Amino acid sequence: MANKPILLDYWPSMFGMRARVALREKGVDFEYREEDFSNKSALLLQSNPVHKKIPVLVHNGKPVCESLNVVQYVDEAWPDKNPFFPSDPYGRSQARFWADFVDKKFTEAQVKIWMKKGEEQEAGKKEFIEALKILESELGDKPYFGGDSFGYVDISLITFYSWFQAYEKFGNISIEAESPKLVAWGKRCMEKESVSKSLPESEKIVGYVAEFRKNNLGSE
Amino acid sequence: MPENEEVKLLGLWASPFSRRIEMALKLKGIKYDYVEENLANKSSLLLALNPIHKKVPVLVHNGKTILESHVILEYIDETWPHNPILPQDPYERSKARFFAKLIDEQIMKVGFISMARADEKGREVLAEEARELIMYLEKELVGKDYFGGKSVGFLDLVAGSMIPFCLERSWEGIGLEVTTEEKFPEYKRWIKNLEEVEIVRDCIPPREKHVEHMNNVTQRVRSS
Repeated sequence: MANKPILLDYWPSMFGMRARVALREKGVDFEYREEDFSNKSALLLQSNPVHKKIPVLVHNGKPVCESLNVVQYVDEAWPDKNPFFPSDPYGRSQARFWADFVDKKFTEAQVKIWMKKGEEQEAGKKEFIEALKILESELGDKPYFGGDSFGYVDISLITFYSWFQAYEKFGNISIEAESPKLVAWGKRCMEKESVSKSLPESEKIVGYVAEFRKNNLGSE
Repeated sequence: MPENEEVKLLGLWASPFSRRIEMALKLKGIKYDYVEENLANKSSLLLALNPIHKKVPVLVHNGKTILESHVILEYIDETWPHNPILPQDPYERSKARFFAKLIDEQIMKVGFISMARADEKGREVLAEEARELIMYLEKELVGKDYFGGKSVGFLDLVAGSMIPFCLERSWEGIGLEVTTEEKFPEYKRWIKNLEEVEIVRDCIPPREKHVEHMNNVTQRVRSS
């Protein structure tokens, strides 16, 4: 099929970023389309009628929804370059478990830091730091979560790195102090073009969160 | 399967997450040791193997631990590739994973957790939300015997263990009719197909006991 895959996305979304990183890792030329949530495109509504959310990858006319699904799909549809998973089933199960951990515990915690204030935010901070420490321990001294090569778990987590500055500012925490290996890992991943091209600048995310908090929480 | 394979499953008779693993193991003809857990008194083995989530199911294969039901299902499929559970095609696989998540997250939340906490009027609203979600599954079943096509697959195990053989029992317990033959003919037909598959049938929790159990869990959720 001559048509380029289309990625329906939203620039600050750490979930959308996962799809971008995955496609770039495989060297896939894709068309990026920015969605406006106040005016969702017909393609988005048609492709993801269940959730109406991004990212959606439309490939050969068929939609793939949910960021981790998109990452796995990209790995399976373009298997010849940069595999995201190790070949042994146990290694693969470990990668899936940790990506699921990022998607559940880590995601739920970080959202409280930037979207909430007061007690809820404090609770989120505690959960976030706990999750950071668990991830720090899992990473250990490996260059990547995938071991020697950048893989599925790295892709699932690295996109949050663009949000670290925002968590630090609005959550009043030092991620480097809590998890130095994770920060070093983040910098290492950012050296990859597939990552640096896919993540927005941290300052832009800080601005985005500041705007959100002003409009929704009445304060920073 | 080689003689020295050691497979152990830590599970719970009433848990759909645990039952679906039993179905998968039976589908693949894998012999396993089953350990029934007690959530009120978790075994030291469970806490050692799953310190982060402290949940079942837990699969132990030759000393290696695998957690989370979807992860376990994919592990089983990759380790024992005969009688495949997941589709081969990447797009079909992504759809199966998408719906599996919809079932275990949204449908379970709306159909059980939120419902447990709601009053009668709230339950009617949630039942309608559950119907909307199950309708997506209804559409997937058109022209198929199972979600997996001609044979039981990943989504059949996830959906089967969760909806007809778990959520329906809790709905029965609270006297709520969520799915009807009239609105969900494909879904009802699929349940009948599932019940005819021996390995699925063997893993369906006994109905009366399960209805009672789901009522107890509903009470616990309500008072938490």
